[in-house]
Amino acid sequence: MSLLEPEPAQGRAAVLVIGVGNPARGDDAIGPLLLERLRAEFARGGAGDTSAIELLDVYQLQPEHALDLRGRRRVIVVDAAAGGPVPYAHGLVSPDPTHAFSTHSLSPAALAAVYQRLYGVAPPLETLAVRGECFGLGESLGNAAAANLDAALAWLRADLDRGVVPIRARCQ
Amino acid sequence: MSSTLETATHPERLRRVAIEPLTRVEGHGKVTLLLDDDDHVRQARLHIVEFRGFERFIQGRPFVELPVIVQRLCGICPVSHQLAAAKACDRFVGAETLSPTAEKMRRLMHFGQVLQSHALHFFHLASPDLLFGFDDDPAHRNIVGLIRDQPDLARRGVLLRRYGQEVIRVCSGKRIHGNAAIPGGVNKALDNADRELLGIDIAQVIQWAEEVVGLMRRIFLAGGEEFRRFAAVPANTLSLVRPDGALELYDGGLRARDAAGRTLFDHASDQDYAALLHEQVKPWSYMKFPFIAALGPETGWYRVGPLARVSNCDFIDTPRAERARQELVALGDGRPVQATLAIHWARLIELLYCAEAIERLLGDPDLIGDDLVREGVPGANGFRRTGIGVIEAPRGTLFHHYEIDADGLVSRANLIVSTTNNNQVMNESIRRVAQDELDGRTLTEPLLNRIEVAIRAYDPCLSCATHALGQMPLAVTLVRGDGEVLDQLRRDADGAVRRGPPGIAGAGDGMPR
Repeated sequence: MSLLEPEPAQGRAAVLVIGVGNPARGDDAIGPLLLERLRAEFARGGAGDTSAIELLDVYQLQPEHALDLRGRRRVIVVDAAAGGPVPYAHGLVSPDPTHAFSTHSLSPAALAAVYQRLYGVAPPLETLAVRGECFGLGESLGNAAAANLDAALAWLRADLDRGVVPIRARCQ
Repeated sequence: MSSTLETATHPERLRRVAIEPLTRVEGHGKVTLLLDDDDHVRQARLHIVEFRGFERFIQGRPFVELPVIVQRLCGICPVSHQLAAAKACDRFVGAETLSPTAEKMRRLMHFGQVLQSHALHFFHLASPDLLFGFDDDPAHRNIVGLIRDQPDLARRGVLLRRYGQEVIRVCSGKRIHGNAAIPGGVNKALDNADRELLGIDIAQVIQWAEEVVGLMRRIFLAGGEEFRRFAAVPANTLSLVRPDGALELYDGGLRARDAAGRTLFDHASDQDYAALLHEQVKPWSYMKFPFIAALGPETGWYRVGPLARVSNCDFIDTPRAERARQELVALGDGRPVQATLAIHWARLIELLYCAEAIERLLGDPDLIGDDLVREGVPGANGFRRTGIGVIEAPRGTLFHHYEIDADGLVSRANLIVSTTNNNQVMNESIRRVAQDELDGRTLTEPLLNRIEVAIRAYDPCLSCATHALGQMPLAVTLVRGDGEVLDQLRRDADGAVRRGPPGIAGAGDGMPR
C-alpha cells in the first residue's frame, strides 16, 4: 500500500471521532478525555459488528487529516471551546477557506475546505464543541468542564447509537 | 550589535501600533511599533505575552516519565522534546552510548519529525506568501488558496506531511503521545512490514523534495535584491555538527560562528552549554534572550535553525542535499548567507536531507535488531544526577537540562527551546523590516504582513495550544501619546480587513487549539 496514494474509501470505519486537545492544558483535555472514555466503553463490551467507529487523538487539526476524512459517513470533531454554549454545541461544518488564515493548526471549516479541494466534495464534518474555562499548562480538568464533558459524552453516545448501533471501535 | 530600534528615547511621545496575536504562529506573541508624528518607526519589539512555566510543570516528576510528559509541552514538535528528554535521561541510567538499533530508531523518528514539520511550514505557512506575494489578499493567501491555484503542489505538501507522520507512527507506535524513546534506548525496533511500507514511497518522497528545493531556489533568485535584503541581519550562528563537520540533527558538538563566518567555538560538548550560552531577561518580554557568553548580550545573540545549520556545517552527507547546500552557500560569497527568506530555502534542503537519510536508514539492518536498551554500571555515588540532552529540532537547537534527587524525581529543569534561541534575531529581523519597509509610510495590511513574513520565516512555535480560533487574528491600533485611539486596522477571522473601531470578533468555532 502506498502512503502517497489516497486510501480506498471502502473498508474504513463509517464514523470517525477526532478528539482534539492537549491533555496537559486543563480543560483542553476534553477532546482526548472523551475519546478515552469512549474507548473504555468499547473495551467493556460495547462491540458489535454491523458498523464501525474509529477514534483518533490529535493535538490539533492539520492538512493531512483531510486524508483521514475520506470514505466516512460521519466525522465528528470533539474539542474544548473557549466560548459558546454550556455544556456543548453540536454543529455541521461547511467548508470555509478563509478560516485557513490561522496558525500551525487548521480550523474544522478550513480542514473541510482542504478536503473539498482535494476530493471535489465537502466532507460530512461535524463539531462537538464542549465548553471549557481554564487552559493553563499543568492544570487538571475543572469541575465545570468535567460536567460539560459528561453531558457531551451522553449526547454523543445516544446520537451514535441512533445511527450506527451497535458500534465497534477501531482505536488508534 | 543590537538595533537602535530596540528602545526609543522618548516612548511617551510616540504612537503605538500593536500586532496581536501573531497569525500562523503558535502561542501568544505580539509586535509593537512606536511611531512618531511623521510615521517614522522609533521602536519595534516582538513580545511574548504568555508565561509558560515549563520547568514547574516538570519538577517533581520521575525522570523515567520525562520523554512522554514533555511531549505535552508542544503539539507541534513533540518528537523533538521526546528525544531531547530521552538523551538527557540516558545519562541518568549510565547509557552514554546507545545500541546501534536504539540510536538508529531514534534518528529515523527524528528524520520523520523534521520532514513533516518542514513540509507543514513550507506548504501551509510560507508558500502562500512566496507564491502569491506579500500583498495578496489574506483571504486567498493561505493553504486553501494554494490548493486552488497550485493543486498538485499542495497535494504533495499534504502527502509529504503524511509520510513523515507515518515514519513517526511506525517508530513510536502512535501518531502522537508515542513512548518509543526511553532512558537508555528504545522500546521497539522496526519490523519488516513497516520497513517495506516506508520503502514503497521513499523514492517518490525524495523526488518531490528535490523538486520543491528547486522551486524555492527559483523563487528566491527571482526575488533578486529585494529577497536578499528583506529582514536580513548579520547574526552569529549556532548548531550541532558531526565530528567530521557534517550537518547533524540528532547528536553532535556545538559550533558557533560569527556573522563573517569566523569560528567562535567548535565541537564543544553539549554538556557544557551553560558555560557557553547565557540568558538575558528583558522587562518587556517573558521570553529570555540567550547569547554567546564570550561575546556578551549586545553582540552575542545568534541564529539557530535551518539556515544556521546549513551555513554552519562543512557538508551534508547525502548527495542531493549537498548539491543543494552548495548552491545556497555560494550566494554568501564566502560569508554566511544572512537573508531571512533564505531560511525557507535551507529548510527545504533539510527536508531533502531527511528524505535521503530515511532512505539510507531503511536499508540498514540495525533497525531490525533486538538490542534495544543499554544501562551502565553505577559508580560509588550511583548514576549521574544531572542530565543534559541537546538536539536539533526543526526550528533549531533545543536544550533539555534536568537534575534529579536520590529518588529519581526531577528537582530542577531548564529548557531552552529553539524559538527562545532565535528571540533576539527575530527581533532584529522585524526592526530591519520596520526600518526598510514601514518607516514613513501609512500602515496597511500588506505592510504589516511584511512584519509577519519576517517572523514566519523562523517558524516560531511559542507554545502549544494557547490561542483560540475565533479570536481576531490581527489588530492594529494607533494610539496618540495621550492615549486617544486615532485609528484601527483589523483583520478578522474570516480574513477580511476592516478599518474602524473594534467590533465583535469573527465567530469562528470558539475552539481553543
